[in-house]
Amino acid sequence: MDINTFIAQFISGLSTAMLLFLISSGLTLIFGVVNVLNFAHGSFYLLGTYFAYQIMQLFNNFWVGLLVGAIGAGIVGMVIEFFFLRRIYGRAQEGAFQLLMTFAFILILDDMVKYIWGTEYKTIPKPASLMGSLNIGAVTVPTYNIFIIIVGFFVVIFAWYFLMKTDMGKQVRASSLDRLMLGLLGTNVPMIMTLVFGVATAMGGLAGVLAAPLRTVTPGAGVEFIIDSMIVVVIGGFGNFWGALLGALIIGEVLSFGILWMPELATVLTFIVMIIVLIVKPEGLLAKKATVRK
Amino acid sequence: MKKIKDYLPWILYFVFFLGLLAINPGSHYIHLASRIIIYSLYAVAFNLLYGTTGLVSFGHALFYGIGAYITGMLVKATSPEWFLLYILLGGLGAAFLSFFIGLLTLRLTGIYFTMLTLAFAQLVWGLTFKLYNFTGGDDGIQAIAKPAILTGGVTKYYLFSFIIVTVCIYILWRIRRSPFGAVLNSIRQNPQRITFIGINVYRNQLKAFVISACFSGVAGGLYAGLDGSIHPDMLHWPTSGNAILMATIGGMGTFFGPVVGAGILTGLEEIVGKYTEYWSFYIGVVVLIVVLLFPNGVLGIKKFRRANNNEEKETEVVCNPGNQKS
Repeated sequence: MDINTFIAQFISGLSTAMLLFLISSGLTLIFGVVNVLNFAHGSFYLLGTYFAYQIMQLFNNFWVGLLVGAIGAGIVGMVIEFFFLRRIYGRAQEGAFQLLMTFAFILILDDMVKYIWGTEYKTIPKPASLMGSLNIGAVTVPTYNIFIIIVGFFVVIFAWYFLMKTDMGKQVRASSLDRLMLGLLGTNVPMIMTLVFGVATAMGGLAGVLAAPLRTVTPGAGVEFIIDSMIVVVIGGFGNFWGALLGALIIGEVLSFGILWMPELATVLTFIVMIIVLIVKPEGLLAKKATVRK
Repeated sequence: MKKIKDYLPWILYFVFFLGLLAINPGSHYIHLASRIIIYSLYAVAFNLLYGTTGLVSFGHALFYGIGAYITGMLVKATSPEWFLLYILLGGLGAAFLSFFIGLLTLRLTGIYFTMLTLAFAQLVWGLTFKLYNFTGGDDGIQAIAKPAILTGGVTKYYLFSFIIVTVCIYILWRIRRSPFGAVLNSIRQNPQRITFIGINVYRNQLKAFVISACFSGVAGGLYAGLDGSIHPDMLHWPTSGNAILMATIGGMGTFFGPVVGAGILTGLEEIVGKYTEYWSFYIGVVVLIVVLLFPNGVLGIKKFRRANNNEEKETEVVCNPGNQKS
């Protein structure tokens, strides 16, 4: 493998990683703050894609579609958290019921998408301004991939600023540490949980719109992506925002280079990475919590 | 303790599944009933882990599918004469595999255990897809022959499955009511106290995991013979989800709940599937209703009311490692 292939493959892996990061950071935020493992996150990814598709049909503008896709997915997320998920917090065997409820929403949302938009393949074209490709040295990279990497980069910076530097971010971090204490101090914790759920699902929707021009739009797309982002969250450590970034980078590159070396087994490779991480450091690479039995 | 009440579920079980033969509703419904009875074994086996021991495995499709693949591939490689043996081998193969997977996954608790079981199941699913020459990949394996004695009408195979499933469910029932079953039940309620008594939680969980996987494998092997075909979907995560659905809808705190759950889920797919292709939407709605209103399942409605405020429920909330946030 010469250096040019390496760079091209690395950049392609980076853009996959950024998409994975957008989804899995939402997953990990929900887990950290709301303490729910949202198996239905892929459905919000799917909703984002189809909302954007609908807007593109009406207005033929990618940027409006991007906005509506993200916000629409976020609103649906907040509705689901507020009316349904909230009712099972703190129940015995909560984990199993979360699993079931989010599984039910996968079935419901995916079938609604099928019902409304049909099962045939749809396409969302790249916006005209991002059509071409850039030359970096001798390597040609599609502009759109660079665009995804830049968006991901801005989301990282923005999230860092929000979580570390604002009061609201402080409350979010506090609620993942001690929900009861934060409530006693006068913060509206349920509202924070709903908002975090909304923001996280909106990020999933954003990823759905961003990924759409690179892949075909089908009702099965959400499920394919959710498993990879689950792996990302597990590798990075549940509830750990920076872990999601690290995990996304690892899995993005593993997928990208895996296809070169072992085209047959690239998808299997990610599971192997996850199993190795879980056996060596079960709580994830960046988590401090001990999860292994003593 | 031989009260008639203890055996009432068994009586209903026999009345329903054998009564169906007496009515003889036609081959389509006998086929449906065969599916219900095979899923029943899968769900009851899964519930030993889920409802009794309190371990939420999201990878049981692995053992179900492995059982099916072992049976199917052995029949394909040799002759169908030894079909019964191959089903047992499918169960043993699943048990063998589950021992090693259990050794690794049971080191983790709560959601981490769930994720790791999912990862292993997805790994095997991915391999099955890719190893086209060995497993048939996407196409699965078709035309799995049955021994001469079982060919012909679907009723024969129904009776065959009924006998095997009944024997397996009886074994599981005895396990559930044995001292070992009591240990598993207490592990769910309070693993710390069980450790203090001097019982090894990890070892007993591993035993439950292997037993559960073994019978899931038998169920998978039976399914391979029903339609004579198997496909990688049997290893995919919705199949694992179905086990959780069946156990919860029926009532995970009861022994026969999963059987009822299997009947409801399969029946629902059948009835709704007739009117609309969007049947999974309705399954989702039913699951939502069950989760919100009947968290103990159909058979657990009465139990839930009674146990609403008693102590057992309280200790479960406090001591369940799955939802502790530490």
